[in-house]
Amino acid sequence: MSQTAVDVPPKGGFSFDLCKRNDMLTQKGLKAPSFLKTGTTIVGLIFKDGVILGADTRATEGPIVADKNCEKIHYMAPNIYCCGAGTAADTEAVTDMVSSQLRLHRYQTGRDSRVITALTLLKKHLFSYQGHVSAALVLGGVDITGPHLHTIYPHGSTDTLPFATMGSGSLAAMSVFEAKYKEGLTRDEGIKLVAEAICSGIFNDLGSGSNVDICVITKGNKEYLRNYMEPNPRTYVSSKGYSFTKKTEVLLTKITPLLERVEITEVGEAMEE
Amino acid sequence: MTFTIPIENGNGVKNAEADSQRTLYPYVTGTSVVAIKYKDGILMASDMGGSYGSTLRYKNIERMKAIGKHSLLGASGEISDFQEILRYLDELMLNDNMWDDGNSLGPKEVHNYLTRVMYNRRNKFNPLWNTLVLGGVKNGEKYLGMVSMIGVSFEDNHVATGFGNHLARPILRDEWREDLSFEEGVKLLEKCMRVLLYRDRSAINKLQIAKMTEEGVTVSEPYSLKTFWDFKAFTNPTVGAEGSW
Repeated sequence: MSQTAVDVPPKGGFSFDLCKRNDMLTQKGLKAPSFLKTGTTIVGLIFKDGVILGADTRATEGPIVADKNCEKIHYMAPNIYCCGAGTAADTEAVTDMVSSQLRLHRYQTGRDSRVITALTLLKKHLFSYQGHVSAALVLGGVDITGPHLHTIYPHGSTDTLPFATMGSGSLAAMSVFEAKYKEGLTRDEGIKLVAEAICSGIFNDLGSGSNVDICVITKGNKEYLRNYMEPNPRTYVSSKGYSFTKKTEVLLTKITPLLERVEITEVGEAMEE
Repeated sequence: MTFTIPIENGNGVKNAEADSQRTLYPYVTGTSVVAIKYKDGILMASDMGGSYGSTLRYKNIERMKAIGKHSLLGASGEISDFQEILRYLDELMLNDNMWDDGNSLGPKEVHNYLTRVMYNRRNKFNPLWNTLVLGGVKNGEKYLGMVSMIGVSFEDNHVATGFGNHLARPILRDEWREDLSFEEGVKLLEKCMRVLLYRDRSAINKLQIAKMTEEGVTVSEPYSLKTFWDFKAFTNPTVGAEGSW
C-alpha cells in the first residue's frame, strides 16, 4: 500500500496557500491574468407601483471590452432581481447561489420569497469573505410587504434607499437621479429616468457602454426589457449582408434539414419509483 | 559654509533641505468649481468652503477673483497656492498696465500664462496644487478654459473641477445649449451645485455665482440653495423590511 499524502481541502473560505508562490512569480516578471470586471453603471429606483432596475451591458478586462452585450440583471426569484457590479464571476456566482437557496426556501416555506431574505443571505456570504468576493449589488423586488430596494457592498454592508446607483458610472448616474428624482413616479416616468441615468453612465464613464437593460417589477408581475435602448449601434452596416470573395464560385445554396433517424416507441412501463 | 547631508531614499539621493521646500500634499483645499458659457458671457459658481483635511475649517473663502477687466479666475485645490497665483497675476497685470498702450491682457493670454506657470512648476516637481478655471469676454469673444496642476490645459463650453468632473459634467453635457439666457444659466449651475452639495462631503451650502460679460465682472453675494430631505423613504427607511438597515 503506497503512502501518498492526501491533501484535504480546507473546510471553506479562500485558501491563501499559493499567495507566496504567486508573489515570487510576479517578482520574476510573470504577468498575472486580469479579472473580467463589469466596469458598470447599475441603478435601481422605487416608483409608485414597484421597483425599476437598470444596467448597462459592457464587461471589461482591463482596457479591453470583453463582452459588448452581457447581462447584468440577474434573476433571484420570480419577484426579485439583482444587478451586479464588480468582478463578473463573483456577481454571477453569488447571485446564482442565493437564487438556488431562495428556491429551496420557497419549497420549504410554501410562500413567495421576500427581498430581505435575499438581502440577508447575500450580506452574510459577502461579509464572511471579508470583501474578497468583489460583488457590489443593487437588489430590488416586490414582495408581500411591498416594494424594496437595497444596495449591498462587497464587504457586506447594506443600504435601503428609494434610489440607488453602483459601479464605476455610479456618480454620473447619481447626478441624474439627484437632479430629477421625485416620489410617486409613474411607470413611464420611472423607466425614462432610469434609462437617462444609465445613458449618463454609458456616455460619461469609460467602464460602461453599449446598451441599456431594464427590469420593471410590480406586484405579481415582472418585465425584463433586455436591450430596452441601443444608443450605440454599428455605424456602418453593409446592406448586402455577406459577400463572397470574387474567386469563390457559389454553385448552389440549399439548406437540407437532417431527418430524424431514431424512432421512439412508447413501450414498457414507466420507471418504478 | 553650510553642508547639506544627502539623504538616501527610494528616489535617489536628495538634500534634506530641498525636500521641505517642495509641495508634497495640499493642506487647506477648496472643492469644485463649475463654469459655463452663456449668451452674454461666462457664468461661474463655487462654494465658499476651505477644508483642512476632513475638517471644514474656513467658511468664507472667495475662490473666484476678477483678473483685470476681461477675466475671471476660479480655483479648486490648495488655497495658499491660489493666493500665490493671484500675486503672480497681479504682477503680470501691473506690468501690462505700465506699458500704457491702450491694450490689456485678455482671457486667452492669461490662460496661456497660467498654463506655462503650472507646467513649469510641475516639471520642477514642485506643483501649484490647483485646478484653475479661467473665463472671460474680450471684444465680444467669449472664452472659457481650464488648467490642471500638471499643466493640462484646454478650452471648452463648460468646465468643472474636482468632484464636479464626475457629478456636474454629465448634467452639463446633457443640458448645455449655445444660447442660454442668464436665468437659465444660473438655474443650470444651481442644479449642478445642488447635486454636489448632496454628494460631495467637502461641499458647503454657501455659494457664489460670478458673471462675466463685456461690461465687466460681478460676483454675487453668498447665498444658499434649497435642499430637499423629506423623502418618505428617508423618514422610515426600513418599513416592511424589519431587520435590515
